[in-house]
Amino acid sequence: MLLYFLCLVLFSIGIFCILRKRNLIKIIIGIIIAEYAVHLFFALVGYRAEGRSPIFTPSENIFNMVDPLPQALVLTAIVIGLAVTAMMVAIAIRIYDKYGTFDITKIRKLHG
Amino acid sequence: MNNKKEAAVPDPNKGMTIIVKTITRLTVGLILLYGIYILSHGHVSPGGGFAGGVIVALSFIHIMLAFGKDVALKKLSMRAASFFESLGALLFLLIAVIGFTGGSFFLNFFADKGEPFKLFSAGIIPLCNIAISLKVGAGLFSIFVILVMLKFTVDGKKGN
Amino acid sequence: MHNIIPIFVIIPLAGAFLTSLIGKKVKGVPDMLGNLSTACLLIASLLSISFVSKCGVLVYKVGAWVPPIGITMVMDGFTSFMLVTVNLVAFLVTVYSVNYMEKFTSKWTFYTLFLLMLAGMNGVIVTGDMFNLFVFMEIASVASYALVAFGTEEEELEASFKYLIMSTVGSLFVLLGIVFMYSYTSTLNMADMAAVLTQKGAGNITLFTGVLFLMGFGLKAAIVPFHAWLPDAHPSAPAPISAMLSGVLIKSLGIYTIARIFYNVFGMGAKFTEVLLIFGALSMVVGALLASGQWDFKRLLAYSSISQIGYIILGLAIGTPLAILGALFHLFNHSVFKSLLFLNSGALEYATGTRDMRLMGGLKEKMPVTGRTSFIASMSIAGVPPFNGFFSKLIIIFAAVQAGYIGYAFLAALVSVVTLAYFATVQKNVFFGSPSGALTASDGKVTKKWDDIKEPPVFMKVPVIILAIICIFGGLLIAPRFSQNFLKAATDALMAGKDYAATVFGGLGL
Repeated sequence: MLLYFLCLVLFSIGIFCILRKRNLIKIIIGIIIAEYAVHLFFALVGYRAEGRSPIFTPSENIFNMVDPLPQALVLTAIVIGLAVTAMMVAIAIRIYDKYGTFDITKIRKLHG
Repeated sequence: MNNKKEAAVPDPNKGMTIIVKTITRLTVGLILLYGIYILSHGHVSPGGGFAGGVIVALSFIHIMLAFGKDVALKKLSMRAASFFESLGALLFLLIAVIGFTGGSFFLNFFADKGEPFKLFSAGIIPLCNIAISLKVGAGLFSIFVILVMLKFTVDGKKGN
Repeated sequence: MHNIIPIFVIIPLAGAFLTSLIGKKVKGVPDMLGNLSTACLLIASLLSISFVSKCGVLVYKVGAWVPPIGITMVMDGFTSFMLVTVNLVAFLVTVYSVNYMEKFTSKWTFYTLFLLMLAGMNGVIVTGDMFNLFVFMEIASVASYALVAFGTEEEELEASFKYLIMSTVGSLFVLLGIVFMYSYTSTLNMADMAAVLTQKGAGNITLFTGVLFLMGFGLKAAIVPFHAWLPDAHPSAPAPISAMLSGVLIKSLGIYTIARIFYNVFGMGAKFTEVLLIFGALSMVVGALLASGQWDFKRLLAYSSISQIGYIILGLAIGTPLAILGALFHLFNHSVFKSLLFLNSGALEYATGTRDMRLMGGLKEKMPVTGRTSFIASMSIAGVPPFNGFFSKLIIIFAAVQAGYIGYAFLAALVSVVTLAYFATVQKNVFFGSPSGALTASDGKVTKKWDDIKEPPVFMKVPVIILAIICIFGGLLIAPRFSQNFLKAATDALMAGKDYAATVFGGLGL
């Protein structure tokens, strides 16, 4: 139970970071933290007490293994996260190129 | 950098110190080999196309960090990386489409799928791994180069 | 016949990567490949209607794996309806881009990203698997972030970053919802999930997941509390992309997913109905009010998108067959006339070099095609009788009255009047009125001489004219003869509710 609670804390830290921070890079870090909290939670969902890793070996039979599906899905989600993060960083650098600042209170050409 | 054998005659002004360069020279081949091992054994042991592709890309990024970007780009230019990225994706799609010959998209169409724990088995899965690793390796390397060079065109980073 | 389903993902993906492989060197190839792929997709989607009408639900097993384990692709009436909508707009937009995108340097990048976005949208619509839906949604989203920032000017980057951050948070909520759903039902197949939910009973976890999905997909659909990114992102993109984003992206990633999950997987409950009704009405009112204060043409259109999305959500929330029919019809109509208006705004920007409506005036003499088509679209979106927008709004309002939601019906009628008001202002300011001698910017600089303004090239005119014709004759789609396989089939698919599971597993036997 504690693990799930810590997951929630991590997620909240990420969301707090997104909402409160003014620096573009810190916002990106906040998104990454929140994303990893979700991934961690997904991996925990597949956990089974006393389970072992779901790797098939020739020598022994496995009886109590953890659910492998969430791990595969988390891997996919991490790949997507990588693409999104690369995109975010690229845009942030270009914004820095144009505006000369990472402060979102100074990046305000759009309004209304 | 205009010397041909850049790895043999390192330019002392570019990149990191001689210690780092020497270690890099010794290890980078092993890293590349390890990446290829991971991707080619994806179907019999943990790992696979994505992990193998990342390690292959890391070996190039390793060169870049130690020797500077000119040396790394001479080994694998942006054009080549972009070509391999598209090629990997197309190859993956092609393997999936060939499944139609057996009646279904993404069908593992080899009649004899081999047996567990043998390298040459598992039908299309090793081929898919190779295609994915091409895509991931070239894609990750070009993302890194683009972010380093600060002279980027906004590019599609596809989640595959 | 089943093999048509993966085609919708294969063609755009193949087109995208071929474009990036060979389109870089050879000029003209990107245009050709892009238009060819979207034309094939349009034909395939039209074929899919007849297939669905012939044999009901088509289910495709990817890699011949049996459903609860493997990934399925499902094609029912709702799917083929959405596919036709998406691919129709996509085809006309690619035709338009042939001339419009000339001013940008890298056309191949544009087409690669465009086709990737299309692959993502088609994938979302076609798939029958929860996690697959998430992956395709992200492909479409990532491509659209890059497309919004395509011009790489300050405003575009800023809008793209804002869109990116909010949309990524939305995706996180969707992923979290999928995690909860998986932990409760231990399956990812949507049909299987619906079956398990019926069997286990929908507990509080369904409500909680519903809220998460509503936040996530609502962000993609820009329903009002989550709409802040849309008025920045949609105007900043190049005009064809604005047309795609406003016309179909928010619908396939937002409305389609909400409708599919809430109707076919969860089963619509009284609580969801209430929430969606309020959100729909709120979007309708807020969008229209904000739109009436805008002077930037594209920004006005973006706000009006929010308002029209409100109508669709309202119709879906009421939930009677008539209301759903109206909502889906309005969805189709909105993608037609909103993409038409955005393409017109592109033509205006192409000709005059500005988007500020205060600087324009009397353009109908100089640009007769753009003037007339945008007049048709404006009247259609405002719900003036002969055009298609009138019929869909009428059905929604009528259904609301029939279901006893008199207040919401009144609100919908009122918002329609507001819409008419601000589109009349647009027409007056831009196309009618006295021609100003020269277009002057706010600092007195002349942006373009009056005599230099002329109609855009031919490829920018043809799609606009086709869309205007659909606007005029779109009302015929509710005639029983045409609606039987198109709107009626889509409505039936949604009204089947949780029978979706039985239908999908029944469709496997074929």
